[in-house]
Amino acid sequence: MAAKEIRTPLSDEVVEGLHAGDEVVITGVVYQARDAAHKRLVELLETGEAMPFNLQGAVVYYMGPSPAKPGNVIGSAGPTTSGRMDAYAPKLMAKGLKGMIGKGLRTPEVKQAMQRHKAVYFAATGGAGALLAQRIVANEVIAWPELGAEAVARLEVKDFPAIVVNDCHGGDLYEEGRARYEKTV
Amino acid sequence: MPTSSVRELDVAEITAVVKKLCIESNYDLPDDVYEALQSGKEAEESPVGRAVFGQLIENADIARRDRVPICQDTGFAVFFVKLGQDVHLAGGDFTAAVSEGVRQGYAEGYLRKSIAEEPAQARRNTKDNTPAVIHTEIVPGDAVEMWMMAKGGGAENMSSLNMLKPSQGWRGMVDAVVDTVSRAGSNPCPPVVIGVGIGGTIDMVTVLAKKALLRDIGSVHPDERIAAMEAELLQKINALGVGPQGLGGTQTCLGVFIEEMPCHIASMPLAVNVQCHAQRHKYVVL
Repeated sequence: MAAKEIRTPLSDEVVEGLHAGDEVVITGVVYQARDAAHKRLVELLETGEAMPFNLQGAVVYYMGPSPAKPGNVIGSAGPTTSGRMDAYAPKLMAKGLKGMIGKGLRTPEVKQAMQRHKAVYFAATGGAGALLAQRIVANEVIAWPELGAEAVARLEVKDFPAIVVNDCHGGDLYEEGRARYEKTV
Repeated sequence: MPTSSVRELDVAEITAVVKKLCIESNYDLPDDVYEALQSGKEAEESPVGRAVFGQLIENADIARRDRVPICQDTGFAVFFVKLGQDVHLAGGDFTAAVSEGVRQGYAEGYLRKSIAEEPAQARRNTKDNTPAVIHTEIVPGDAVEMWMMAKGGGAENMSSLNMLKPSQGWRGMVDAVVDTVSRAGSNPCPPVVIGVGIGGTIDMVTVLAKKALLRDIGSVHPDERIAAMEAELLQKINALGVGPQGLGGTQTCLGVFIEEMPCHIASMPLAVNVQCHAQRHKYVVL
């Protein structure tokens, strides 16, 4: 099956057309943010201050890269475990966030928020940071550089490979995929 | 004059070796792990799972060729050291020498600094990936053996400590190990490697579980009894269906390794150390 080509920012229409198990390649801008950045993003939301990027249709990438070698756009850049951002994700989705790229399980609250706000969760291959870095063509830190690898960066990706794990219809590839190959011994 | 000879080893040599271990372990996936990915790809029944194995093999090739980290999480630097009792470490503080090697390796290798101090509150990055975790064992002889692991946080977080009752027996242990991997699901970047510590005390059992991860994937335990326990665990874990990256498949685990020691008559400690597929371990003898 050929991968679906999608572009960011994401519209409701595009999100509705994605289903758990769909292989995609993503092109456009995604925002790098992990633990410390999420804590600060939600603090800004709660105090009503300006966000470092427009959340409407935005896709965040849960990732903290290794330092770029001279001449490289970015260091290794694979996904981190998404569950640590679960406490923050529904608040961002309520303000327009449409896509999350990471790896690992989400809570029922996050999955419900994805259905309510029409958002999608993609998994990229964890531990393939050298490979995935090659699909990142531009990288600019836009907030909190003092956080180092945990800063917010605006990344331009081209044909970034991912797979839909949780869609806005309640589909869950982690559950479905596992059930398909579970055996009794 | 003493009759036994003491070998003098300058700690500067330790620093140089540690620096090299940090960089090479993060760039060069060990052969045993690379081969396990190749045979996993052959054995995997899920097409998506096979594609994941393909990406991991390509990723390892890129890292080795371009001298970049296999994974952006370049880990906590964990060392197991067997220090010969006839070695005199001269020229400085051993722990400081290891720290200096980590500092240099993580800076010059463009590795990510992932260690936070004051974990409960400030969580400030120490900015040089120190301190390291160092387990030292004093052994006869005049050699210094060092094993380094770059231990990522995602898989470490999925590990478990289980103070079981002796009445639960081996069945109870099997259930606890399988349950740990089951609950971890996609989080620790499967296909995983599982280190199991059995026995000892609460501190020792976790060290045993980590030490078990130093074994080469594909190696069979010399004790047939333990080899059979490892095989049973591997079969049951792979029956979970978690698969590569948790997307479903038959290859959830690349290997299970057990280290055991006697324990108190009242106890049955079990530790499960979960390791991602990027099992970065390297050995050197000085």
